[in-house]
Amino acid sequence: MTLPAPRFAPGLRLVAEGLAMRRGHRHLFAGLDLALASGGVLRLAGPNGSGKTTLIRLLAGFLKPEAGTIRWEGMPAEAEPALLIHYHGHREGLREALTPRENLAFAAALLGGEPGRIAPALATLGALPLADLPVHVLSAGQRRRVALARLLVAPRPVWLLDEPLAALDQAGQALIGALLAAHRAAGGLAVVATHQPIAVEAAILDLGARGAALSGEREA
Amino acid sequence: MTTLRAIMIRELRLARRIGAGAGLGLVFFLILIALVPFAVGPDQKLIGRIAPAILWIAALLATLLGLDRLLQADEDEGVTDQLLLAGTPLPLILLVKALAHWLATGLPLAIAAPMLGLMLAIEPAAMLPLTLSLLVGTPTLTLIGLIGAALTVSLRRGGLLLAILVLPLTIPTLIFGVTIVREAAAGRAVATPLMLLGGVTLLMVVIGPVAAAAALRLARN
Repeated sequence: MTLPAPRFAPGLRLVAEGLAMRRGHRHLFAGLDLALASGGVLRLAGPNGSGKTTLIRLLAGFLKPEAGTIRWEGMPAEAEPALLIHYHGHREGLREALTPRENLAFAAALLGGEPGRIAPALATLGALPLADLPVHVLSAGQRRRVALARLLVAPRPVWLLDEPLAALDQAGQALIGALLAAHRAAGGLAVVATHQPIAVEAAILDLGARGAALSGEREA
Repeated sequence: MTTLRAIMIRELRLARRIGAGAGLGLVFFLILIALVPFAVGPDQKLIGRIAPAILWIAALLATLLGLDRLLQADEDEGVTDQLLLAGTPLPLILLVKALAHWLATGLPLAIAAPMLGLMLAIEPAAMLPLTLSLLVGTPTLTLIGLIGAALTVSLRRGGLLLAILVLPLTIPTLIFGVTIVREAAAGRAVATPLMLLGGVTLLMVVIGPVAAAAALRLARN
């Protein structure tokens, strides 16, 4: 059971300029620029609290930046950015009372995937034997695999992944590297916040190093 | 359309699995009504007179059950983020969620109400209007509750605040609903209060999901 590889239209570009964000009274970053084109992977690094999750949620459109702009260039005119994006966060978007299959069927309906891709996607993530158990009996790593199967159920060109490797075993971490490589090859782009190295060619944005430069800007 | 159907199926399935299904609200409704004769004493006339009010207040409280989990559970497990990335407009998704909640709470109450009205010595002529008033009025309770649920979604334990927010806003519905039953029991026409009740419900079908969606988006920042 292999999934047909999607082909994304080339020429999609994410451009963010002068982003600034604050949580509470603390400046996370200011004057942050980044650009990423189709086929690119950007790894966000930095210590806990340096703003990786906030930046990912900004890019997903869940938060509004205090300053700066986020543009998606080369998008079909009628499309909305939200329809291009897959977001995978700490809270995985799985309801515990439902089975992985039911959760993914819902995700497919919501995000524009095909129900026929659910079983192969779970198989790719090595979670097919779990398909009909309620999510609340799954381990943290198993849940992560089920949640990541969503990326394959509904092909979307932009992956915003917040700590996708947490709780995964070594085989699982290698698998995410392979998925990202395939996504790149298909013309997709990805922003991945993680402490661990990922097995894919990626540019690195270290929010911690930037944060050091900003440490004088703490507000009272 | 298939998206909305999938959301509906999921909501009903969840309601059944986590025990917020039709049965629970109905049993709660039944218990509230069974308590009244004990509290009021064996005065059938008095009970018959206050029965419309009791049935409607019981419906109000039964609707509140499960409202706090309506959006909170999705928020806690990260599903709200996925809803924001959907191709379907958020207000439409929320309308379907509200409909599912009503199917599991309001509709069974409306159907069971005549049986329970019997326990409260309600006039036979008022049985059908009672069901009608609950059928038309309880969707409003759910929709007002939807707005309250969206406003309290970022609070960890917003259940009590939700009730405090929602209950005052249900007063117009309560007035029209009780009026319908009382007028029918007295043998008068109920068209006017019924239309007013329907008007409030239609208004809330439009306002409720849009307001709830705005509140939900606001809670992100």
